[in-house]
This record gives sequence, structure tokens and C-alpha cells, in this order.
Amino acid sequence: MATEFGHQTASGHLTVPAESKEPYAADVLAQLYADAELVVARYPQKRSALLPLLHLVQSVDGYITGRGIDFCAEVLDLTRAEVSGVATFYTQYKRHPNGEYTVGVCTNTLCAIMGGDQIWESVSEHLGIGHDETTPDGKITLERIECNAACDYAPVVMTNWEFFDNQTPESTKQLVDDLREGKPVAPTRGPSRVCTFKQVSRVLAGFHDGLADEGVGAGAASLVGLNVAHERGWTAPDTDVHVTGEHQAQATAGGMAAGRHPSTDTPANEPDELPGGDDADKNGK
Amino acid sequence: MTNLTPILTKFWDDPQSWTLETYRRNDGWKAFDKALKMEPAALVQMTKDSGLRGRGGAGFPTGMKWGFLPPPDGGPRYLVVNADESEPGTCKDIPLMMAAPQFLIEGVAITSYAIGCNHAFIYLRGEVVHVYRRLLRAVEEAYAAGLLGKNIMGSGFDLEVTVHAGAGAYICGEETALLDSLEGRRGQPRLKPPFPAVAGLYARPTVVNNVESIASVPPILLHGADWFADMGTEKSQGFGIFSLSGHVKNPGQYEAPLGITLRELLDMAGGMRDPQKKLKFWTPGGSSTPLFTDEHLDVPLDFESVGAAGSMLGTRALQIFDETTCVVRAVDRWTEFYKHESCGKCTPCREGTWWLKQITGRLENGQGSEEDLEKLLDICDNILGRAFCALGDGATSPITSSIQYFREEYIAHLTNGGCPFDRDASSLFAKDNVPA
Ligand SMILES: Cc1cc2nc3c(=O)[nH]c(=O)nc-3n(C[C@H](O)[C@H](O)[C@H](O)COP(=O)(O)O)c2cc1C
Ligand code: SF4
Ligand code: FES
Repeated sequence: MATEFGHQTASGHLTVPAESKEPYAADVLAQLYADAELVVARYPQKRSALLPLLHLVQSVDGYITGRGIDFCAEVLDLTRAEVSGVATFYTQYKRHPNGEYTVGVCTNTLCAIMGGDQIWESVSEHLGIGHDETTPDGKITLERIECNAACDYAPVVMTNWEFFDNQTPESTKQLVDDLREGKPVAPTRGPSRVCTFKQVSRVLAGFHDGLADEGVGAGAASLVGLNVAHERGWTAPDTDVHVTGEHQAQATAGGMAAGRHPSTDTPANEPDELPGGDDADKNGK
Repeated sequence: MTNLTPILTKFWDDPQSWTLETYRRNDGWKAFDKALKMEPAALVQMTKDSGLRGRGGAGFPTGMKWGFLPPPDGGPRYLVVNADESEPGTCKDIPLMMAAPQFLIEGVAITSYAIGCNHAFIYLRGEVVHVYRRLLRAVEEAYAAGLLGKNIMGSGFDLEVTVHAGAGAYICGEETALLDSLEGRRGQPRLKPPFPAVAGLYARPTVVNNVESIASVPPILLHGADWFADMGTEKSQGFGIFSLSGHVKNPGQYEAPLGITLRELLDMAGGMRDPQKKLKFWTPGGSSTPLFTDEHLDVPLDFESVGAAGSMLGTRALQIFDETTCVVRAVDRWTEFYKHESCGKCTPCREGTWWLKQITGRLENGQGSEEDLEKLLDICDNILGRAFCALGDGATSPITSSIQYFREEYIAHLTNGGCPFDRDASSLFAKDNVPA
């Protein structure tokens, strides 16, 4: 067990345990086929099922195993190279055995500056492991993660992709200690307990675990604007009035910065790049 | 003075805000009823008239995008909702889907009807498992209530909705990379044209829209295009969610008409966390939009005004940093992000972001030389406009804008032989010691 999580060097990432290639037990395989059929049925073309199927493999093996790659390739009529190529592109797919809990400290700029860097350093030192490494008891894999869309709750820590908001070095050390001791741990916004990595991987494959109705709808920061509006008696404009005819639609892309495409995107279609040639839309202006 | 306008955020404080029942109590699914009695073309026209522009960053007119689909040819057409929200600082779609997922599902139903789509997809980033549960549940509830499925409410309209979880890759927010990813491939952008409207998912006509864009459709239909267009500014109409984070007293979500200013928003957010410490720099729309400083407190936050002031409205992700913050450290970390997330498809971005990170890293540590600033600008110049997608362009924004406004601070790192800032002063924990 210890050695399984012990290959923490660069070459260790290439050294997968022998079980990675062992065939699945018959009952496990039968269940995998049954689940895969449901996943494939969600899409008009079966290759679309690949990302959820890789999550499904992690729900059984705890990481992307050689046999899991074989399984996906077989179900989807792909080569193993095609499946591996996809599996190695995405950071949530783990290439070596993952701990029962992935603890991800957001160290993107906003969180880092709000204290994420201090959290990272103290918890990494506390556990004695670095990025993408696992404690010898197999409980915790530590990660530095990118912005998790919760900057208003910075600094943020994700545990098995559940939100732990407004963390401190102390609270995060307590969190990992509790996880290692098997104490129940609840996210700030999420279900009443953190599930295991394998359980969460099954949800990500699209199999609902029935916990959607647990937890809050919105955390405190999500409600600050609404609260200000309540206090000051502000509402959206009168929603009963329907004025007609007055307004001229301004359907132009005029707001884009000139001379360069906007940073977060290029427009889907420029008005002069209409597929059909003619501007089907001119009467819209 | 601009007031807040809670529309999408209106019932987020309901203890069961995410359920179909709560949504129905708040006029939920009434717009869809109305839609089914209309011609699809009239819905597209209404969306054009409302002036709604994409809330995912670029601000492309939503109704116009729908109008670009070629005429029906009997084959499938798709709606794909971009719920990948990963642009640093952006944190509006995730709370929206956590608190009120039914808004999105109803928007999906109306949009699908408008564009003739019978199978819609929601592509959610994989790192938010509880949001995925809420979406799965919302879709389940809608099916059970007969709002999705076959021959919906006897209208003859069929709609299937699939909620799909990604697996961790910022680039999958770029719409064509998203489509490749949804097809089970590595998420790398496609050459455009053809645009998704012509050859999108499975090479079929496809509309890709942001979560907030689609969630805005039900209220527009319910209250009218003019109601929406009367909010905001002349060319940036309607409302949007503004996300404040960082050194403000009350970070969080503020739903307001476009054109509100940061000064107004800061007033609503209780000001800076410590009134003694000045605002130093901020992003108007995520890390890919050039930085603003305290000179820009009164720039109306609409597409045109932010553009004229040298940045972009982007996703209205206002990351706010006070004078305790080292701008070089901030930029170095964002640069590391772009380097990490570069998909590797094109050389300017793949190689350029790697070199940018080498240089910002040594500057933050007080190594390197003043010439490195020119080198940075030179590399940015070689990426901007030459990268295959907008990720590469975005990577240059923090660097060029920070050198523009804070060149001396880079130099100070060199003369000081390291970062002159005390990073603990910037942290949230320091905030606890600040007098209220
Ligand atoms: C690198 C990159 C990341 C992006 N990430 C997102 C995202 O997470 N969510 C989103 O809606 N749009 C994102 N976009 C913009 C999309 O490409 C697309 O323009 C948008 O989804 C269109 O929807 P809208 O017109 O409703 O805004 C991103 C663009 C780029 C270049
Ligand atoms: S700009 Fe970067 S992310 Fe975009 S295609 Fe090129 S390498 Fe990929
Ligand atoms: S920077 Fe950490 S959640 Fe956004």
C-alpha cells in the first residue's frame, strides 16, 4: 500500500502499479458495461461518452488505469492511444493512484494573494507532501488548483471538488487532520458530508447520488447584492409594463475593442462572415 | 446613481431556492408557456430587439447569433450551454446554477424551441460536483413535470437535455474547444470558419451560449424586449451579474444594469476592506482583460466605455487589489495560469507563455534586468493577434497593462533584490486585524 502511493518522483508518474493492467473481476466488469451503456445512450454519437466514462473508470479504480483505458477503447471503438491522448489532456484524470480525498488549494492570483499561498505552504509542510502527491496512508492527495469560480469566497480550498470557503492555514490543517482520522467533514456549500474520490467520480460520470437537495442554495457572498437591494428597497424595474414600438434594437458588435480580438473570446460570427453569404439578419437592425 | 436590479438573483435567499417549486413561485416556466404559443422566428426577433449580448465575455449579440443558423434541412441542430466558467476572477455562473438552476433549464427550453433544437447540452466544468448535482436534479424535476421530453405540453415540441461534466481544462471554455471536448476529444480550438452556427457539434448547426445569457432569456420573454433594453446603456443593454472579489469589505455578487461604475459598486460593497488602504489595481472582466487602476473608478462598466478606456468588460469579474498587493506577484501568478492552461496547439502561445512565465518569475524574485521588461513586451507583441485563439491574447493583457501602469514597481524589485511587499498584509487573515 505504502509503495503504491510512494512513487512520488517524476519517474514515479510513469510507474503504475501492476494492478493497473490486471483484468477486472467479472462482476466489476459486468457493472461497468451496464453503466457504460447508460452513459453512451445520453449522446447522439458514442465518442461523446469518453469524458464521463473516464470519470467512471476513476470511480472504480481511483485513477486512470491501463485496464480502464482498454475498457473505454473497447466500448467506444477507439484505439488505446486515442483514449490515452484524451485522458492525459485533462487535469482531473489522475495518472497514478489517488488518495481518498483530493485537497486542492486555489493558488490562482486572487486566492493566492488573499492567503492561498500561506495555506498551501502550511498544509504542504504539515502533510509533508507536494503537488499531486499522496500521503502514505492513501488518504489525501494534495494539489495546487486554478481558479475554481469562487473568488468571492477567497481563499478557497476544494475537497473532492466541494467548496470550502474563506479558509485559513489553521482551518485547512484541521480539515486534513479530520479527513485522515476519518471524522465526518462538511463543505461550506455542498452536501452534509464530503464523499470519497471514487464516489464523487461516479457523480461526475453522470450518476446522481441523491444529495442535490442537501446544503445551502447560496452562500453569504452570493447574497450580498440581494441584501443591499432589500435594505435600500431596490427592485428590478416594474415588470408589468410592456411598452411597444419605441425601441430600436442595436444589434451590432460595436462594443468590441478595435484592432484585436477580445481577450475572453472571438465572436462566434462576424456580421461579414456569414455562412450563407448573404446577411440573413439585416432586417434585424 | 444606479440601483441594483435583482432578477436572476432575486430568490437566491430562499431556503430551497434550487427547486422547481420555488422557481414556479417566482414566475418560473411561465415564459416557456408563452414561447410555445409563439413562432420560433418571433423569439429570435425578440432576443435581437432586447439587445441582449453574450454574457460569456465577448458580448456578441445573442439574437443575431441565433439568426446565423442556416435554414432547417431536416437534420439535427444543437444548443450547447457554456458552463465551463474558469476565467480567473469569474464566479457568477457557478452560484447561479447552484442557487437557481431552473432559470438555466427554462432558458435552454425556450432557446431550443427558438432555434429548432431537440437535444441541448450543458457543458459544466468538472470541478464543481455539487453544482453538477443541482443541474442533474433540475433536469430530472423538469422531465418529471413534463417540461422536457417528448411532445412537451401537447405542443409537438420534443427536447432532451444532457448535462455533461468536463474534466479540468480552462481552454474548454473556448467554444470550439468545448465542442471538441464534448465530442470526446482533447479540448483544442478549431479553425474558424466554419463557425459553430454552420458546423458545430457533430458538424451540425450549433448555438453556443453562456449560462447567464441563456438564463436571461426567460425574464426577457416574460417582461418584454423593451423592459430589458430600457436597462443599461444605449449599446450595452440590460442587466448583468457583477462579481466583486479581493480587498473589498463585502465581496460577492451584485446584479445591476450594465453601465454601473466600480465606485458605485464599491459603495454598495461597504468600500475597501480597510479604508486607509487605497485601491491599487483591478480587472474589469477577469484576468484576460487589461488591468485598471484607481483612475478608472468612474468608467461605466459597459462594453463600449470599458473598451474606450483600454480594457474589456469581459465577464464582469472585478478582482480588486489594494495597495498592499504586489502587482508583479499578481501578474506572475496569472502568467503561470496561462502557461499551465495553454493547450499547445499553436506555437506563439505554447512557447510564448512558457517564456513569459520564466521572465515574470525571475523579476518577482528580483533577478533579471530592466531589459526583461522590453523582452516581455516583445514576446507579448508576438503572441497578440498571432495566437490561434483568444487564450494567447488574454495571456498578454496582465503583462502589458501592468508594465504600462506600474513599470517602477518592476524596477523596484530589481533595485531591492526581491519583492518589496509583505505578502501577509494582503491576506484575508490580515483583514481580521483591521479596525472595522
Ligand atoms: C480561453 C477562453 C475561455 C473561455 N471560457 C468561457 C467560459 O468559461 N464560459 C463562457 O461562457 N465563455 C467562455 N469563453 C467564451 C466562449 O468562447 C464563447 O464566446 C461564449 O461561450 C459564447 O457565449 P455568449 O455569446 O453567450 O457569451 C471563453 C473563451 C476563451 C477564448
Ligand atoms: S492560443 Fe494557446 S490555447 Fe489557443 S490554440 Fe493556441 S496554444 Fe491553444
Ligand atoms: S482565484 Fe481562487 S477561486 Fe478564483
